[in-house]
Amino acid sequence: MKGNLNDLQKQAQEKWEELEESSFTIRIGTPTCGRAAGSLDTLQAFQERIKKEGVEAHIIEVGCMGLCFAEPLVIIHNPDSGLPPILYGFITHEKVLRLVEGFILGDDPCLELALGTVEFKEDGTPYIPEMPRFEIEERLVLRNCGYIDPLDIGQYLARGGYLTLQKALKMTPEGIIREVEQARLRGRGGAGFDTARKWKACYQMERGPKYLICNADEGDPGAFMDRVVLESDPHSVIEGMVIAAHALGASQGFIYTRAEYPLVIERLKIALSQAREIGVIGEDILGSGVNFDIELVEGAGAFACGEETAMIASIEGRRGMPRPRPPHPTEYGLNGEPTVVDNVKTFALVTRILQQGGEWFSQIGSPNSTGTAVFALAGRVEQIGLVEVPMGTTLKEVIFEVGGGITNGRTFKAVQIGGPAGGCLPESALDLPVDYDSLKEVGAIMGSGGMVVLDENNCMVETARFFVDFLARECCGKCTMGRLGVKQMLLILEDFVKGEGTEEDLDMLEGLAHDVREGCLCNLGGSAANPVLTTLRYFRDEYEAHVTGKRCPALVCKELITYYILPEKCEKGCDHCVLTCPTEAIATDEKTRKKKILQDKCVKCGTCIDVCPPEYDAVIKVSPPDRVKELEGEAGG
Amino acid sequence: MAEKGYVEITIDGQTVQAQEGEKILWAALDAGIEIPHLCAIREAHPPLGTCRLCFVEVEGEGVVASCVEPVREGMVVHTDGERAKTLRRRAMELLLADHDLECKTCVKEGNCEFLQMAISMKVKKPKNLHPFPREELPVDDSHPLIIFDPNKCIRCGKCVWVCREKAELVPFDFVYKGYDMRLTTFLSRPLGETNCTGCGECVEVCPVAALYFRKA
Ligand SMILES: Cc1cc2nc3c(=O)[nH]c(=O)nc-3n(C[C@H](O)[C@H](O)[C@H](O)COP(=O)(O)O)c2cc1C
Ligand code: FES
Repeated sequence: MKGNLNDLQKQAQEKWEELEESSFTIRIGTPTCGRAAGSLDTLQAFQERIKKEGVEAHIIEVGCMGLCFAEPLVIIHNPDSGLPPILYGFITHEKVLRLVEGFILGDDPCLELALGTVEFKEDGTPYIPEMPRFEIEERLVLRNCGYIDPLDIGQYLARGGYLTLQKALKMTPEGIIREVEQARLRGRGGAGFDTARKWKACYQMERGPKYLICNADEGDPGAFMDRVVLESDPHSVIEGMVIAAHALGASQGFIYTRAEYPLVIERLKIALSQAREIGVIGEDILGSGVNFDIELVEGAGAFACGEETAMIASIEGRRGMPRPRPPHPTEYGLNGEPTVVDNVKTFALVTRILQQGGEWFSQIGSPNSTGTAVFALAGRVEQIGLVEVPMGTTLKEVIFEVGGGITNGRTFKAVQIGGPAGGCLPESALDLPVDYDSLKEVGAIMGSGGMVVLDENNCMVETARFFVDFLARECCGKCTMGRLGVKQMLLILEDFVKGEGTEEDLDMLEGLAHDVREGCLCNLGGSAANPVLTTLRYFRDEYEAHVTGKRCPALVCKELITYYILPEKCEKGCDHCVLTCPTEAIATDEKTRKKKILQDKCVKCGTCIDVCPPEYDAVIKVSPPDRVKELEGEAGG
Repeated sequence: MAEKGYVEITIDGQTVQAQEGEKILWAALDAGIEIPHLCAIREAHPPLGTCRLCFVEVEGEGVVASCVEPVREGMVVHTDGERAKTLRRRAMELLLADHDLECKTCVKEGNCEFLQMAISMKVKKPKNLHPFPREELPVDDSHPLIIFDPNKCIRCGKCVWVCREKAELVPFDFVYKGYDMRLTTFLSRPLGETNCTGCGECVEVCPVAALYFRKA
């Protein structure tokens, strides 16, 4: 298939135009997130129905559009209807029949299932005008995600893919680096390091071979940006890597991902072999004389292996532990040779920068953080999913306008941003622009893009304990501060959530957090203090409540709450709670049939709250635990 | 000006010449200026950097681990800055809190590098830290020459480094991660069943009594 890229591109484009203009297409999102929502059943249902009805329609499996809350997602385009492609949400397999009968066999576009129509911006990026979030979003990394078939390099080519590489191969390495420098691109792996500076350092090394590594380890719990990009549009990353390789003079590349991402691995293998087939990786790339190939490396999914020096050790076949720096990998990396490690999204953005120019890119976002930021929005927010906004967009816009606000009409309490080692920011920070420097100023980090929204039912002390627990288990354990300092913070926090801490422990926790931040060997420990320091800074009253009041204001910490049935609300004697209580801890008053919790038997599982019919809503949690005695006294025993 | 290949730096007000690329720690020690350290091996490149006892302050840069940071012409180093002292103390306190300190029954009878370092740093086992929940592990005395007591290990990593320098196949390495990271033998076999030759390099560098010679 090797041949002239322009010819291949032309053919692909013709095929694409035919598909877009005159074919009946059904696009079904089958990335990992879609699959979790049942999209494979949806796919199968469509395939069976279409076959049965004998309709001529192209079913295309696509990646993720970022609208994970509405998964499974389906886009149907019937050119004969005169309508643009229509995006449907929540299309579980039971709803397939309705769509087939309505819109595929008939001419009813089933608007009750539709989220909106798919329109295209000038540069071909799809958007949904009916969804207000697209007014704020700007999709540079996610441009193709959820619209093209990731397994068909032709669809990538048809949308201009690899033409940027062709252009870049004609540029000098200095020219490429200058473009990236002009874009003021900062690495998307977390620390926001100046990409051009890193590349320059490697480029100037007069030793070789040089290596290039794409960091697709994505160890943050709850983060899935890199997975989505690789599952939905792998060639945008591969193209960026080849461009980088040419700029650095690297001859071998690696994509390091985790074995827990089987679909990423499967799709990357196909994408790499297709790329090899058309000659955009391998020897003499597009006739330029540049040689560069990419190998896929599967890690065992240790969080610490996401750190670049640990990743290098892991690729070398050694234990994946970070090592102190200097020397930096650009000088002493894989096998001791100059090496650059960059994040998945960094490479995807490199492709866009070389395509549209560094100057164009630098105009997007804020002056010191150019371009866009991709977040995995999760937690107590309506529209969970992937978000890509220009840097500098405020947290409020991301959470309330793009994310649709807090679920169930609850109130916002905090947003945990930057992954496990990020920080928790309060309401007062909502007007903060999201960029590297602003986040750092308030004690959080950009991280690689986790954003978890917390509401009034989340306890901040427990939240801090949760993240520190993760870090204490997942840090490499190599240095004293990381291994013992983080663990000591955890021991203190474990006491707090049990109401066992003292004021002195609170001071110790704070002191430790500062020391761990400054004294750790790698950045992991360095940022491990963030969840503690930010919750202490913004939610100190909650710590005080746990420590001095032995009380959990959010009613979360099990040992600091008790359950209580409000006698005035428990009217009907419905017995729901009695029948479901696993420990027979609910007694019924002989005369009134009202219920009462026997505290010595209660294990605080919360089942009674869940089963108490909403019209009674008689079970409540109280804190501190002794409060229940007062209530019982007031109620007359 | 320093000679070619050398740079001139100031440590605690004293002018010191050091070879280019040398780490601050060795430049200081060569000049007779003490900086606490346990994991440092001069020949190790990159350095181990695990113990976190060697912090110093560099003007314009802040706190750095002196065994990791190379010297630069004109660098001004203070070993007694408050922040550096606090961090060194903290690291030592954490190590002591995680150590049994049963020196009376220990083969080294309190005469180990670790305890001496703690004494010279004037750091005692802290009372205000939570006790670390370590489980007692069996002592491995299967080897004819070397006894391995994992309970004493402070995880500095020097033994692994010297062993790797000497032997092709290293009989032990670190396993697990986070707080649970510890030294173990290859496939957790008794040391006597590994390829350990008993050269004793690891015993020489062990700052505690995790690896020691069997008494004759
Ligand atoms: C504990 C730890 C975990 C990390 N995990 C990741 C990760 O999952 N993905 C990533 O791209 N970078 C991760 N990093 C950052 C990398 O070390 C490195 O800075 C990054 O890959 C550089 O790429 P960039 O310049 O494109 O940001 C991690 C860092 C630390 C300290
Ligand atoms: S001597 Fe520097 S970290 Fe151990």
